[in-house]
Amino acid sequence: MNKITVNIDGKDVQTQEGEYILNAARANDIFIPAICYLTRCSPTLACRLCLVEADGKQVYACNAKAKDGMNITTTTATIESERRAIMEVYDVNHPLQCGVCDQSGECELQNYTLEIGVDSQNYSIKDVERSSHDWGHIQYNSGLCIVCERCVTACKDMIGDNSLKTIARGADALDAGFKEAMPKDAYAMWNKLNKSLIGLTNGTDVLDCTSCGECASVCPVGALVDTHFVYKSNAWELKQIPATCGHCSAGCQISYDVKHNSIENPEDKIYRVMNEWNYVSLCGAGRYGFDYQNAGVSKNEESFNKAIEAFKKADTIKFTSTITNEEALILEKLKEKFGYKLVNNEAFAFQKFLHDYSDISATRLYGSDLKEMAASNFIVSIGSALKSDNPNARYSFNNSLTVNKGAGLYFHPLGDPIIDGMGKSIMSIAHKPLQEEAVLYLILDLFADKEKLPSEISDYLASFHTKKIIKVEETIKEKVVEIVKEKKVNAETGEEEEVEVEKSKMVPKIITKEVEVDDNRLLSLVGAPENFTESLEKFLGKKDSFCLVVGPDLYTHPNSKNLARLVALVEKYSEFKLVMIPTLTNSLGVSLINELSKEDGKYTIGYNTKGDFTLSALGDGDLDMPAINQQEGTLTSINKRVNPTNAAIGYGGYELNDIAVALGLQADNTIEYTKELPTSKGFKAEAFDSLPDYYTNAGEEMRGYQLKNMGRRVSSDESVEKIDEALTISGNLIYLANPVRQFSEFTNKATNLDEVSGIYMSEEFLSNSEFNVGDKVKVKSENGELIANIVSDNKITGDIAVIPTFDSKLNSEALFNGYRFASASIEKV
Amino acid sequence: MKNEQFNNRDVSDSYFLVDIPDYPTDGWGKFTRVVKRTFRGELFVGLWVVLREMIKFDIHTVQYPLEKMPIGPRYRAVHEMKRLWESGTERCIGCGLCEKICISNCIQMDTKIDENSRKEVSEYSINLGRCIFCGYCAEVCPELAITHGGRYENGSEQREHFVMYEDMLTPIDALKAGKQLEFEGFGAITPHEDERVKKTPLSY
Repeated sequence: MNKITVNIDGKDVQTQEGEYILNAARANDIFIPAICYLTRCSPTLACRLCLVEADGKQVYACNAKAKDGMNITTTTATIESERRAIMEVYDVNHPLQCGVCDQSGECELQNYTLEIGVDSQNYSIKDVERSSHDWGHIQYNSGLCIVCERCVTACKDMIGDNSLKTIARGADALDAGFKEAMPKDAYAMWNKLNKSLIGLTNGTDVLDCTSCGECASVCPVGALVDTHFVYKSNAWELKQIPATCGHCSAGCQISYDVKHNSIENPEDKIYRVMNEWNYVSLCGAGRYGFDYQNAGVSKNEESFNKAIEAFKKADTIKFTSTITNEEALILEKLKEKFGYKLVNNEAFAFQKFLHDYSDISATRLYGSDLKEMAASNFIVSIGSALKSDNPNARYSFNNSLTVNKGAGLYFHPLGDPIIDGMGKSIMSIAHKPLQEEAVLYLILDLFADKEKLPSEISDYLASFHTKKIIKVEETIKEKVVEIVKEKKVNAETGEEEEVEVEKSKMVPKIITKEVEVDDNRLLSLVGAPENFTESLEKFLGKKDSFCLVVGPDLYTHPNSKNLARLVALVEKYSEFKLVMIPTLTNSLGVSLINELSKEDGKYTIGYNTKGDFTLSALGDGDLDMPAINQQEGTLTSINKRVNPTNAAIGYGGYELNDIAVALGLQADNTIEYTKELPTSKGFKAEAFDSLPDYYTNAGEEMRGYQLKNMGRRVSSDESVEKIDEALTISGNLIYLANPVRQFSEFTNKATNLDEVSGIYMSEEFLSNSEFNVGDKVKVKSENGELIANIVSDNKITGDIAVIPTFDSKLNSEALFNGYRFASASIEKV
Repeated sequence: MKNEQFNNRDVSDSYFLVDIPDYPTDGWGKFTRVVKRTFRGELFVGLWVVLREMIKFDIHTVQYPLEKMPIGPRYRAVHEMKRLWESGTERCIGCGLCEKICISNCIQMDTKIDENSRKEVSEYSINLGRCIFCGYCAEVCPELAITHGGRYENGSEQREHFVMYEDMLTPIDALKAGKQLEFEGFGAITPHEDERVKKTPLSY
């Protein structure tokens, strides 16, 4: 992209070629009013407030691209009158209930009405009945709605649920007199506004989506409000605590909005979670799963002393990746000091995968991030149940499909209607479990530069190709010559006589032809549909930036080493950029900071997981620990960023640092370890208090810092193993994944996330089996067994049952042997 | 916003000096001042007024607390919560503006959604020990719900003492008896408001 210079209101500003004028202005702190535009989404053109004059012509700044040398004026007399009329129209029949509205002053309608200076009303129309709707986790008050369609745009362009649409309002037509009396754009905007309201696409009055709540957060007025927040608090009473979401590896920017509980209880409580919705989109877990703090804890000296004794006795510390980088470093230092084994299976698998990957890539980390993924226009996802493993990766995928006119392939054995619903230009390919190697070979075959690939690999790839002769039916037009008799007048005799004339015409004819085509056996290996090649060809038109996203299925695969090498080869020899989805919140941080072991020792300390002595932020252990929303510290995200998070809620108990101090480490606060994070792994020696936490107007993320992708000296060995075609899992399949909005025991603790735990089956599966919803079943695999209730899940398809990890009462991991798929028998009990 | 008005701290233009003789510095000067002040007739002026009024038997002293002075309609004493005249429902909508504007942070309120899907005040308290009776809450109230009343006796044993919503609310029988008084002070509607308001066009 080239840098260009445009002149806005006499100020020369630099911007990218192809950038919208509005974004160029915003990035340079020039104000252009706009209500309906969302950064990262396609322009909606509902409000028309962003009218500007570019080179003497009126254009919409959100929709017009900046051209080199353009002269832009943001206000002229006509534009002023348009804007004034538009704001007057928005105020027509808007209820004057600002006193009780939950937007409580954070209202763009209020702001712009005052900004534009609307002090009297010239327009009026008879209102229709606009009632309130209870959509489940969202309340829609259509009386307050200004139909800017930001909710619809966010749902379509960012989230990909496509759950909202505009519906008919049923109002009278505008008075004909207004057409003459009003400015042109204001009239057109009103005409459209007066015809629509917001409704649901599923035909009911209850949302059935992935429940992210992003629609309510982007609403400029109080029309869409989270049900749990209705009439709870005014916005101005809430103190915003900047933080990083602690539920998955996306590391989204959030702020916890806190206020005292009530008049009687002055302790702080989190009322809601907000985000910089122009630059980051949250999932339902981040938005609604905020009250997972370990509450009501005080310092219990007896338990603490027991903990110290346990640490002296222990030889192993077992932990999960829902900890901060600083805590991980404390564990590492304790390990160095006392020789503990650090056990964390999920981070260990990821660490090993990263290491195997770096053997070929020569970098310690994957090359790309979710922002680049959203900016690319062809995406391939392998080995991840994207919507529940990392919702933000799905948003990036969807954003690429909708805004960049992108396309993509989604390889996963488990059918996912949410992914399929993101658009027509995404193809889901349900390969067999354990056949991820074949998928990666297919990607190499389709996209890698065969000239540069090591010859063994290209030869191996070529071995899948055979020439095959197939018969195709084709319709061709054939020239048929006929002899017809015509009557003609003989010029000489003047008599009419019959003459034979040759006439040719084109006749369609179906013929069968034998054609030699290329037969790629890899396609049948991965179970690609019949029309794969044609569809892919269509998908690949005008595509120039490619992104591969790989997930946790690969890290726990029995051949994960080979997969890691294949992934590295794809990144090296094709145009694909690479993103890996770390399994849990801070798996990436842990895998960089800690030296992990595979096997438990004799006496184990469990941190947020069961051990002989358990430290737990969930409140169920031998010693309480603070949850992530009660801690200061940093978390390493999928975007290879070290993001700071702050304590939203007070905590009265002991923390890991207290134990470390008692064991001889020296630090007053956990955050003193921030500057000690290992620089050899790409961390910076920066103190916690100096880490920034904001986005610039240009949308640049200024949170914490970016990890340095350190290089590694590697051998030139690029050999990979061949596909093990015999590798299969037979029988009924089960898969280890969570439903949307659940990640761990912490999300399970949140009051607003009330997903029922059990064994999830698709509606299709249920109707083809003898099982019913609510049945108690015994699931038995070769590793173990558990008893659970059957839950119907309409967000999966196919006949693979899904077993969640968020409910610790369900010891789901006992069924699996590392890899996320297993075969199991399911019987009623 | 221009800060000049705040930055200009030179206010000498509007000041003038009062003619006060210098204080005596020596002992003799001080002595004469004491003598002059002591034997000035002013003491007897005051004594004479008391004597005169006593002889007249026209005494204006109010026998508080048996008797109380009538209080002005704009007097700002302990708050009251008003009801709507027609329906008798509470005027307070729970907007929280009084809580926000309160400069001594003495108002606190909790709200929730009620069974009719309306915003309801579930808890409301004013800490009279902190309240400075400035009248901002009454002025900011969009519903004329919170006002000041005439009850000025709010002595208590503790510095911190609270008045709750129910205590301030007009009793329903007082409302029915027509005894609820509209507050005329801060926040009340100014006279001739109707003529000053520009009407919004309506298509009905």
